[in-house]
Amino acid sequence: MSNATDNPRRRFLTGAATVVGGVGAAFAIWPFASAWQPSERAKAIGAPVDVDIAKLEPGARITVQWRGKPVWIVRRTQETIDTLAALDGQMRDPDSIVPQQPDYARNRYRSIKPEILVLIGLCTHLGCAPSHVKQGEGALGADWKGGFFCPCHGSRFDYAGRVYQGVPAPTNLEVPPHRYIDDTRIVIGQGQETA
Amino acid sequence: MRAMLNGLLAWTDARFPLSKLWNEHLARYYAPKNFNFWYYFGGLALLVLVMQLATGLWLAMFYKPDAALAFGSVEYIMRDVQWGWLIRYMHSTGASAFFIIIYLHMFRALMYGSYKAPRELLWVIGMLIYLCLMAEAFFGYLLPWGQMSYWGAQVIISLFGALPFGIGEALALWIRGDYVVSDATLSRFYSLHVVGIPLLLLGLVAVHLMALHEVGSNNPDGVEIKKNKDAAGVPADGVRFHPYYTVKDLWGVGVFLTLFMLVVFYAPEFGGWFLESANFVPANPLQTPEHILPVWYFTPYYAILRAIPDKLTGVIAMFAATLIFFVLPWLDRHPVKSIRYRSLLFKGALMLFAVTFILLGWLGTEPPTPFKSELGLRLGELYFLFFFVLWFYSKERSVRFGYAIFGIVMVLMVIADVIRFDASKQMLILTSALIPVAYSAIFLLLPMHTRLNESRAVPERVN
Amino acid sequence: MKRFLAVLICLGWSSIVLGAAGGVAPLEARIDIEDSPSLQRGAQLYVNYCLGCHSLSYMRYDRVGRDLGLDAKQTEENLLFASDRITEPMNISMPPEKAAKWFGVAPPDLSLIARSRGADWLYSYLVTFYSDPDPSRPFKVNNVMFGDVGMPHVLQGLQGVQEYIPGDIPNEATNIQPVGLEIRADDILVRKSATMPDGSHVEILDTLKVVQAGEMDPSIYRSAMRDLVNFLVYVGEPARLERQALGFWVVLFLVFFTVLLRALYKEYWRDVH
Repeated sequence: MSNATDNPRRRFLTGAATVVGGVGAAFAIWPFASAWQPSERAKAIGAPVDVDIAKLEPGARITVQWRGKPVWIVRRTQETIDTLAALDGQMRDPDSIVPQQPDYARNRYRSIKPEILVLIGLCTHLGCAPSHVKQGEGALGADWKGGFFCPCHGSRFDYAGRVYQGVPAPTNLEVPPHRYIDDTRIVIGQGQETA
Repeated sequence: MRAMLNGLLAWTDARFPLSKLWNEHLARYYAPKNFNFWYYFGGLALLVLVMQLATGLWLAMFYKPDAALAFGSVEYIMRDVQWGWLIRYMHSTGASAFFIIIYLHMFRALMYGSYKAPRELLWVIGMLIYLCLMAEAFFGYLLPWGQMSYWGAQVIISLFGALPFGIGEALALWIRGDYVVSDATLSRFYSLHVVGIPLLLLGLVAVHLMALHEVGSNNPDGVEIKKNKDAAGVPADGVRFHPYYTVKDLWGVGVFLTLFMLVVFYAPEFGGWFLESANFVPANPLQTPEHILPVWYFTPYYAILRAIPDKLTGVIAMFAATLIFFVLPWLDRHPVKSIRYRSLLFKGALMLFAVTFILLGWLGTEPPTPFKSELGLRLGELYFLFFFVLWFYSKERSVRFGYAIFGIVMVLMVIADVIRFDASKQMLILTSALIPVAYSAIFLLLPMHTRLNESRAVPERVN
Repeated sequence: MKRFLAVLICLGWSSIVLGAAGGVAPLEARIDIEDSPSLQRGAQLYVNYCLGCHSLSYMRYDRVGRDLGLDAKQTEENLLFASDRITEPMNISMPPEKAAKWFGVAPPDLSLIARSRGADWLYSYLVTFYSDPDPSRPFKVNNVMFGDVGMPHVLQGLQGVQEYIPGDIPNEATNIQPVGLEIRADDILVRKSATMPDGSHVEILDTLKVVQAGEMDPSIYRSAMRDLVNFLVYVGEPARLERQALGFWVVLFLVFFTVLLRALYKEYWRDVH
């Protein structure tokens, strides 16, 4: 019985069978791995949500669910919009460099329309739900211009969902993909490009 | 790099018998060099077991063992889970493939006498695996919660109700956990199907392999290769299992997987043999489907059950038909193992047994006309007569003994026919009686008067 | 339970799957699941005529649209009448209890009907409704494949009124059994066999004839029913489309791999003499 390694034909065939078998095994694993992806049912439940914002008062916030997560829609007042520029210096990422928003919302207001803010209401630190604290409310001091405060570890965000410096949360709050069907209706979960 | 790997191996070997196991079971396990087609099926059975475990594990992630949700969850797998349809079809096709392989594996053992000394225990362990497999298939078949699942389970469980003295009814109730097959039954069958029986199966398969590697493999010549060892103590007619049989089995795996995937992708229902159309209707306890039949791998036994016009006797015969394999090593004591060197009559008897088994399987799927029921009964008689013939052929029998045995068989048959006599089927019973009479005459009397039952000389070495 | 088993054993369990179902042999549906226009026409017929009562609760609108080659907008415009979200399953709004009261039984979900009944049966069922004046028939129709069917002939507007004209039966004939269906020009024939006193068999041909025209000619109606059945076969197993396409590549790969393994095996076994 000759040694396998001395025989070039044998070595070649062993190698070829190993490679082809390996490719086959990789293909065989694919369906099993894919089965863990969200199913059609999960996708249907997580499908884009239509929200009517006609009745949303200036300064008020509504929360809707999309893919099981809370999504806030805030109609900002002109005063709050005006405070944003002044806060740049206190922000960790004032110009929204970190991609926590779709490109069409990468602007000073982090939104498509300046007055309408759409955010995923989960703190980027460890996923707690921050609360809406208006100017002068709560115990955040006289300098507080209003925004969101996470009670878990004290992270603070301004009215564009931008994170303050010196808090545990690493990035700005996430802006979900969204688009306007008309002036008063927003689709959450579907971006402008794909519209 | 190489030195490091060798170091790691040495480190492991000092703590775990890795090289030892590798050598004992693969690299230095010497298998006879003359394995033929029939020797692929042991390895293939192992492959299908692994496939069933993998696909089953994944199905269990999406399936809901709840009478209200089970049927829908299977359709959820078939439609909404990504690639769920493929995983499910692999599992359902795998169940049938498993039985095809196991039946061929068992037939191999019958042909080459692989159950004879010193492999009796190996055979018994194999039979336990076969029983576990039947239980596994039966429990699993309830899970889709279709009409056939439901009514099949209902009927098979009520077979236990045939036991006398009220034990039967109590037992059936205990198995169901309810007065009919219900959510309680589904939950326990699910648990047994995904945890209980698979654990048993894995353990038994390990024991089966250990027993095999202790006694060594039989081969188509039925010669013990361990009797001829060279100076180094290596069987002269053996080759190392690895690499020789690993590469040979891999080629067998390639052929098998090609055929298997052809079924999975192009005929997963296999014309109703692997997935029955009635099972696409959700279980309905208030409406029996027009036709109920077990899956094909149970139908030979089912045909025997159905052919006997008395319930308890039928159930006993059905279980006996399965369990009789356990005592096969002690029924057939003929010294020659392989069919190659056994007599013409033995070859004929074994082939007829295979034909009987297949015909019974077919009859089990057919609506029972009087003719087919009668045929089923006669074939059932041939089924058991085969084992009787094996015992009879175990040694040389005198003419007198032969006739005495033939006489006893005839008397028993007449008694059975008198008990079940039905005037309306008089002609049928009398005519069909020729089948077992002819069978007994050929296989019990011919050895007395001809040389047809003479074995040939077994060679010293394998061919 | 004992009696139940005894009944089963006496009556026998026979096989529906092995073609021994008894009754009339159906017409061949001759459908083609790859034919997208046919599937689209079938889907449209289904949502217009069937989805009022029969849900397809395991089938989502968007999946149907995708598989049939429709974009989201086309799906919404052509199929989405009973729901407002394209990701929803094709459910019905009729509560089952009420449906049971109206029709005697709740109309079943048809997601899997093609898998339990088969395409040929469905096609034959859809083309063999005929008018039956018997006062016990609530909708004054009956069906060759499904005797005393509870469903009204929803598609009568398309097919027209079909009448059942029995063939001549010899006086002495006994044991008349339906054998099969056959299409002859615009009519559908029901072939029956009867036994004569001398043991010979005679054939009796009953005819289903459209006596009051509907919107469609008989041949056009039949082709529409094939589309509908085609759609139901697709709905029974939507994965079938990708299954058959993918299978080719899997098997091709395995054949190649097997040839390679054969060469490897033969190479090693040159050692063994």
